[in-house]
Amino acid sequence: MALKRKSKQFKWHRKHLLGLRELSVEEITFILDTAKGFEQISTRSVKKAPTLRGKVVVNLFFEDSTRTRNSFALAASRLSADVIEFTKKTSSVSKGETLLDTARNLEAMGIDIVVIRHSAGGASKLLSRNIYACVINAGDGFCEHPTQGLLDVYTIRKIKGTLEGLKIAIVGDIAHSRVARSDMWAMTKLGAEVIFVGPPTLMPPQVDRLPVKVSYSLDEVIEKVDVINMLRIQFERLGGNPFPSIREYSHYFGLTVERMKRAKPDIMVMHPGPINRGLEMESEVADGRNSVILEQVTNGLAVRMAVLFLVNQAAAQEK
Amino acid sequence: MNTELLIKNGRVIDPANFVDKKCDVLIVDGKIAEVGEKTQDPRLKTQDCKVIDAAGKLVVPGLIDIHVHFREPGDEEEETIASGSTAAVAAGFTSVVCMPNTDPVIENETDVEYIHRKGRQTRKTHVYIMGAITKGLEGVELAEMGFMAEAGAVGFTDDGRGVQDPAVMLRALKYAAMFDVVVAQHCQDNGFADNGVMNSGYYSTILGLPGIDPLAEEAMLWRDIQLIKKTKVRYHAQHISTAGSVELIRAAKKDSLPITCEVTPHHLLLTEECCAEYDTNYKVNPPLRGDKDVEALKQAIADGLIDALATDHAPHLRSEKELEFLAAPFGIASLECALGLYVKALIEPGVLDWPGLISLMTEKPARIIGVDKGTLGVGKQADVTIIDPNAEYEIDVNTFRSKSRNCPYHGWKVKGKVEKTIVGGEIRFEAENQ
Repeated sequence: MALKRKSKQFKWHRKHLLGLRELSVEEITFILDTAKGFEQISTRSVKKAPTLRGKVVVNLFFEDSTRTRNSFALAASRLSADVIEFTKKTSSVSKGETLLDTARNLEAMGIDIVVIRHSAGGASKLLSRNIYACVINAGDGFCEHPTQGLLDVYTIRKIKGTLEGLKIAIVGDIAHSRVARSDMWAMTKLGAEVIFVGPPTLMPPQVDRLPVKVSYSLDEVIEKVDVINMLRIQFERLGGNPFPSIREYSHYFGLTVERMKRAKPDIMVMHPGPINRGLEMESEVADGRNSVILEQVTNGLAVRMAVLFLVNQAAAQEK
Repeated sequence: MNTELLIKNGRVIDPANFVDKKCDVLIVDGKIAEVGEKTQDPRLKTQDCKVIDAAGKLVVPGLIDIHVHFREPGDEEEETIASGSTAAVAAGFTSVVCMPNTDPVIENETDVEYIHRKGRQTRKTHVYIMGAITKGLEGVELAEMGFMAEAGAVGFTDDGRGVQDPAVMLRALKYAAMFDVVVAQHCQDNGFADNGVMNSGYYSTILGLPGIDPLAEEAMLWRDIQLIKKTKVRYHAQHISTAGSVELIRAAKKDSLPITCEVTPHHLLLTEECCAEYDTNYKVNPPLRGDKDVEALKQAIADGLIDALATDHAPHLRSEKELEFLAAPFGIASLECALGLYVKALIEPGVLDWPGLISLMTEKPARIIGVDKGTLGVGKQADVTIIDPNAEYEIDVNTFRSKSRNCPYHGWKVKGKVEKTIVGGEIRFEAENQ
């Protein structure tokens, strides 16, 4: 691979990517640098590299996903891997075949990389301890979604040059958001200041012990930040009635055209998708000139190619 | 079979009778005949008498665990009364109290008799049972507390869950007043527990797992204390785990309410941080809490606020514990290493001395369940445990007599080994390679 290695002395050694909390600044930077090298594959006329030829990647998805699953599938096929789709929607994690049995069965078929999405925090970790293949976490409960966190910082770095010193607001249901957690780890490690914004009922327990600031007022925060990441309200995860109505939520935490008028002119507007238009943000903002939502999707592909490449390489070195 | 047994030269600790001295214990016909410096029963010379030299050992009343789950009937693959009481006797316990959350639930006299019969057939420990407070543990209709009490149930609990409806709990306490039995509660207000799987806090946040707020325990305990003020019925708070609960108990005892409580080894030795690698052997309910809670529980023990140590031995299959942390069942199997754990948690850091520890494992729990046990008084049934206080060993789940292995203490080095367990004058357990 013709990769430009900024950090030549650094060697990637992880055969699993489970979360960003455990990664060092060097590791995160190395993934981002590696992703940069993969970006051009998608712009060539022949969008294929032989990197993972003969390898089998399983998309093991226990939760609904379109974007992440397709992004991984495309990333794997651009690297010439064979991709197996294994979608299993279970209402209850305890019913039917266990996760480990499923994984062991897949492994018996000779797979190399498992990309797993699961509704239980720690599911990818459980898997990584029990199978030989590489494991990539594509979202586990509300614990982490590392490739989303990576593509978010990748997108910011690409546009702003660095995360050092940036103020970044993450707005919405922090308590149930794996994106908020992975973003927090990656962004703060890379030197940004992160502010969690949302109603107290959607803040996780002991949020004060996290390396972030907390605000209950988007109006106070909007003027100060360089980047704003609007989380999707995930109705399927909301327990009880954390806010009285969608209307009231949008009133306090929706990114409206009005609010955007008070933001810095070069504010980056991000969203992990899929958007609830008119809820987290008005359509005009989502499609506006500050929005980088579709660039996030494009960059996700490069980041996922980099991750697939790196874990596979680490596994090969292990043998 | 020996009808006489003389235990010589041990350090006899019998807190109920304020005994802590080097002396002998003579057992005749299954009862304590004499505890003294030079035991000389006239029959000794004429009949065959087995003599145990207990020099350097502790000779204490048989240990009592008032909170175990033996899974029978219904989940015999996890544990049976036979396997559970075999494990118990090897751990020095001569009496255990099973919880009623089996399948079916223990909720009538026939169920109670079934447990007793299984216990008798196994001939290991005395096996007691608490009956359900409500039918099916559903928290709605009272179970037949009277019939169960007459059949020998030593208390009532919906353990595994708390009785949610305050009116139902009030009714249960009022009704129980007829029978002089203890009503025990697994304090957990489900509204606050919110389907959590570990303590709510920093670790649940970074692990992305739903948390159980300490308020879930404290709110129900507070509510129940108001109900006891009204009913004055004997109430026992099971496995309390938070600093807030300790303060509630402290205040209630100051008001002389008829309240008792127990603490488990895991709430004294482990904290929520243990869950950081999603090891389901640390998934337990009430969940492992923070350092401050552990300190508060130890202080409460030092202050004499805690009435019993109880394991909440909760065996589970490996296949169940191999699930996602979110999906795996709650529970730690720790019956077989309990004594060593208590020594590590309480004696080694100087919270308790041996008589203090033995008291919380014998006379005090016996008093909670209202059985005439836990002492070496003359004429009492001879349940005796002989302990080598200095023997160190490594906990190895593969040697467990219990059917389950869901024990997070595997590999721990602990002190305090059970040498012999005597139940009703009969040696029911003897450690190998002495």
